[in-house]
Amino acid sequence: MNKKILKYNMIVLGVIALGIIIALLEPRFFSLNNMLNVFRQTSVNALIAAGMTFVILTGGIDLSVGSIFALSATIGALMMKLGFGVEVSVLVTLLVGVILGMTNGILVGYLKLQAFIATLITMTFARGLTYIVSNGIPVTMNQSINGFDRYSYIGGGYFLGIPVPVIVTMILYAICYWILKQTKFGRYTYAVGDNEKASVLAGIKTEKIKVVIYSICGFTSALAALVLTSRLASAPPTAGTGYELDAIAAVVLGGTSLNGGKGSILKTLLGALIISVLANILNLLNVSSYYQMLTKALVILLAVVGHKKT
Amino acid sequence: MKNFLVSLTALVILGACGQGTESKESIGLVVSTLNNPFFVELQEGAVAKAEEAGYKIVTLDSQNDTAKELANIEDLISRQVSVILVNPVDSDSSARAAQLAIKAGIPVISLDRNLNNTATISHIASDNKAGGKMAAQLVGELLADGEEVLVLEGIPGTSAANDRGQGFTEEAKVLGLNIVAKQTANFDRSQGLSVTENLLQVYPNAKAIFAHNDEMALGAQRAVADAGKEIIIIGFDATPDAVQAVSDKIITATIAQQPKLIGSKGVENAIKTILKEDISANVPIELKLVK
Repeated sequence: MNKKILKYNMIVLGVIALGIIIALLEPRFFSLNNMLNVFRQTSVNALIAAGMTFVILTGGIDLSVGSIFALSATIGALMMKLGFGVEVSVLVTLLVGVILGMTNGILVGYLKLQAFIATLITMTFARGLTYIVSNGIPVTMNQSINGFDRYSYIGGGYFLGIPVPVIVTMILYAICYWILKQTKFGRYTYAVGDNEKASVLAGIKTEKIKVVIYSICGFTSALAALVLTSRLASAPPTAGTGYELDAIAAVVLGGTSLNGGKGSILKTLLGALIISVLANILNLLNVSSYYQMLTKALVILLAVVGHKKT
Repeated sequence: MKNFLVSLTALVILGACGQGTESKESIGLVVSTLNNPFFVELQEGAVAKAEEAGYKIVTLDSQNDTAKELANIEDLISRQVSVILVNPVDSDSSARAAQLAIKAGIPVISLDRNLNNTATISHIASDNKAGGKMAAQLVGELLADGEEVLVLEGIPGTSAANDRGQGFTEEAKVLGLNIVAKQTANFDRSQGLSVTENLLQVYPNAKAIFAHNDEMALGAQRAVADAGKEIIIIGFDATPDAVQAVSDKIITATIAQQPKLIGSKGVENAIKTILKEDISANVPIELKLVK
């Protein structure tokens, strides 16, 4: 019983341990200002990782999130720049994500491509398209464009003293939690990842489930793109490079199995938090970038071994 | 389906063969990456110059990958271009590929980054170290003694990050600047933002930030503005975004390399080589402080 509690709370213990170590090393970490910073910095990765959790729960993987991020950011920023206004730009940004995600889903679900290959194709395709659309140059908005202030509120604003991206992340996680725990679709998601053949025999339309799952992942990637683009008022074509690895790391740190069928969305949030806390504290301590990489590798190793041992 | 794939493959192969070898007067340009506005401009400068002079130019993109670069150079060798302009991915690991071209009798000119231990006929670049020095001097002018300076470093190990950093640090020592932190933000705008946010927690009194490129400087600017601070921010590269930001007075300065000029000087020297005229082995391209 004790072991079970330990197993399910490994990540929580990890966060607490990390907190204690940090408190000893750098008390300034706990200033309200810095905490808000860390939470806001977590939001982009956490949003992507939310969609990634769904995909990994079905036993899949999505390598294309970074490219989806870039393409939806670029197209959204372009729409803003061309004066389409906030509503249309936001809608189009999210739509681009959903369409690309749906493409992944169709490739994986109906054409039966392996998720790794299917999303690798989308990753390359979307990145290429990003360069074509942007001409290789960052799409930058200036303050004079229609609706700029409202647009930049999404990533840069505060609501009751809390950064808007943090609120967006909270809401998204609440919805995802509800979907996975309370809906039939949520139970099917776990079922497909746990035993796909059995799911098919039980009458679950696994193809449809996958299309929806990958669309969700595309959607959350685009949502992350929206948050960051509005904060920076710019969408560089290289945006999102390597984000798939951070998102996968967050999911794995949260204890979700890459084999599918087991895991928890809320722990993914903690996983994402650990990654950005680590980046933050390494900055605060002014650790050389060479050693930062080693530290990150060690933390992930420790976490994963911890999951296995308990 | 299978038939279709077979015929498609055949078509691609045919197409590739069809390209054949180039006429003797063509110039090959191998660019480290076209995913970066700087190198896009370099390429545009080269292409414009070649078109103006009536020479054919073939541009190949190495996508920051030395393996792809090697393949690109091999392609140009088999196409028998007259001169190859190489903007290397890396000064050391790209050298081998360039040496292959030289061995095949094709002269090589290096652009922006040099090729170590390679008999290039000419090297055209702006002096990154001098740029770092320029930035330090500007910080020295604007800051009082002992005020804190932050540095956002580029991707660790790249020559741009090393040279700009070295130039800045050396001059900072001479001027007695107080550099309190150096952290990498990998030449990336969003990381420039988050790293600066983090650093401002520890160094709330920082008075100047030097970023190894403009993308990071613009990210830093966002963090500084959100923190409601007034900090001198100096970028590097003078990308259109940064130049706009300087003229809007939201960042202090950027250091302009002239990528178009690097490209066009490269082609100029290539043409001179084709015409068997003399060229200088080292063509420094001036840097400009934009403020």
